[in-house]
Amino acid sequence: MTQNRPWIPYALILPSVVFLGLLFVVPLVQTIWLAVSDNGTPSLANMTTMVSDINFGRSVLNTFLLTLAVVPIQIVMALTMGSMVAKMNGGRETILWIWTIPLGISDLAAGMVWLSILQNTGYLNSILFGMGLIERQTAWLTYQTPVALFIGIAIAEIWRGTAIVMIIIVAGLNQVPKEFKEAAEIFGASPWTRFTRITLPLIRPALQSALILRTVLAFEVFAVVYALGGRNFPVLVGEAYNWQNQNQNYSVAAAYAVLIMVISLAATLVYLKAIKVDPERLP
Amino acid sequence: MSTVSNTGFVPARRLLFWSGIVALCAWVLVPIYLVALGALGGRSGAYQWPKNFLPTNVSLQPFLLFLKTEGVLQSFLNSLGAAGITVALSIALGAPAGYALARYNFRGKDSYRLLVLLTRAFPLAILALPLTVSYIRLGLYDTVLGVGLIHTVLALPFAALVTQGIFLGVPRELEEAAWVFGCTRIQAFFKVVAPLALPGLVATAVFAFVISWNEVFAASVLTVRHRTLTAYLLTVLSESPMHYRFAGGLMLILPSVVFIFAVRRYLFAIWGISSK
Repeated sequence: MTQNRPWIPYALILPSVVFLGLLFVVPLVQTIWLAVSDNGTPSLANMTTMVSDINFGRSVLNTFLLTLAVVPIQIVMALTMGSMVAKMNGGRETILWIWTIPLGISDLAAGMVWLSILQNTGYLNSILFGMGLIERQTAWLTYQTPVALFIGIAIAEIWRGTAIVMIIIVAGLNQVPKEFKEAAEIFGASPWTRFTRITLPLIRPALQSALILRTVLAFEVFAVVYALGGRNFPVLVGEAYNWQNQNQNYSVAAAYAVLIMVISLAATLVYLKAIKVDPERLP
Repeated sequence: MSTVSNTGFVPARRLLFWSGIVALCAWVLVPIYLVALGALGGRSGAYQWPKNFLPTNVSLQPFLLFLKTEGVLQSFLNSLGAAGITVALSIALGAPAGYALARYNFRGKDSYRLLVLLTRAFPLAILALPLTVSYIRLGLYDTVLGVGLIHTVLALPFAALVTQGIFLGVPRELEEAAWVFGCTRIQAFFKVVAPLALPGLVATAVFAFVISWNEVFAASVLTVRHRTLTAYLLTVLSESPMHYRFAGGLMLILPSVVFIFAVRRYLFAIWGISSK
């Protein structure tokens, strides 16, 4: 099939290579150059400006804390959901569809959804008021309530971002042969042992890609934070946005972009190293 | 499943199991219901205290009023335009690449796959920052086309990987049989392969649409007057009243939920493929 016209596959991939070259590789190089140069000469001035900015430390800390809080919970929830649907017979499709709905919801919309619950006259306060736990409207999303704001943003992120993790994990679970579990069951393995010794190792590839995807997305968190907390909760991408749009300083914005990319790449490498995927053991 | 003979025990466990399922469904659905109440409740609904969880005070009027607000309809159309460009480009560029990956062995195949996978380790929307300057120079800044192009960067790697899986699912023998019966390669592709791959391609297109529709950062950075819906909502966020924010949220949610519903059969096949 390939011998007589070897140029065919190259012709087929060429348009996408050119496109990704122009709009992925070139901007990537531009960002790095913009970040480490000043008026065309190499310089660390932008990095210095970034690091000495008043919001820098807080935005790094907030972004990391949010990622550390959100990603593990999403993985656990997704594993739970995946195990639950695996036990279902009827109604599986419907339940899966409902759980997948947040996949189509943008982070901005998720922020607005949770704003309707967490705002001063929102539903959370109404419930707490109804139960007699609070006497008047309480603000949760302000500068004075950083912990509540953090929890609110984390909940909105968990609400929105778990669907994608669940889909990847369910797709992985579907590929685990039934015989493995049955064999373990015959040999008397408890459900927990079956889960940790059979299921988890077999869905490693799915787990790995879910972790990479979610972590990179978590470091990109921006609109949900902005919708809920405005500028009360600085995060890295939000700072990049402000430097670009408000301050019109593209170089410092690029410095933030480079920082976010380095963190994302580092996280990806850690996952690739930490979760070894042995192709021969795949079903 | 191992059944326990104790009769009281099994129903209790099933009850627990189903309460878990129902709780997780409520966790997904109730917030959407509440934002819909907020969007349809208008100004008085947004400041009502304490809130009523039942839809007593809803009408379409506040939502229609939001639609008539200056900029909303236009940004909605811009979003559709950018998403349309994203769909067209990511399928037009991604599907041939997916076909090449599925059907041919060629030198550089692994490097190409690496390039595609590499895009995943990067927060792609961030690349909009340096693009501002080149876009201004090329006249793409503040245009729907410019936003569609950067959104294609997000959707194209996904489209290439997913279409590879889709074409792998079409038996090669069928295509070869068509050649034997005198079809040219191009005829064989469009008469035999394309119809079989079509549902999967449509699902891929829907995902490309949703990716573009939901993207906030790049769209906000690259536009000023010709904003997409997400970019528009983000920039007017701080000065809009609460019920407008909820209406905007609902407007963002509705189309993508409908689309996800339309392709629900393919969700797991597609993500199974793209996460390999």
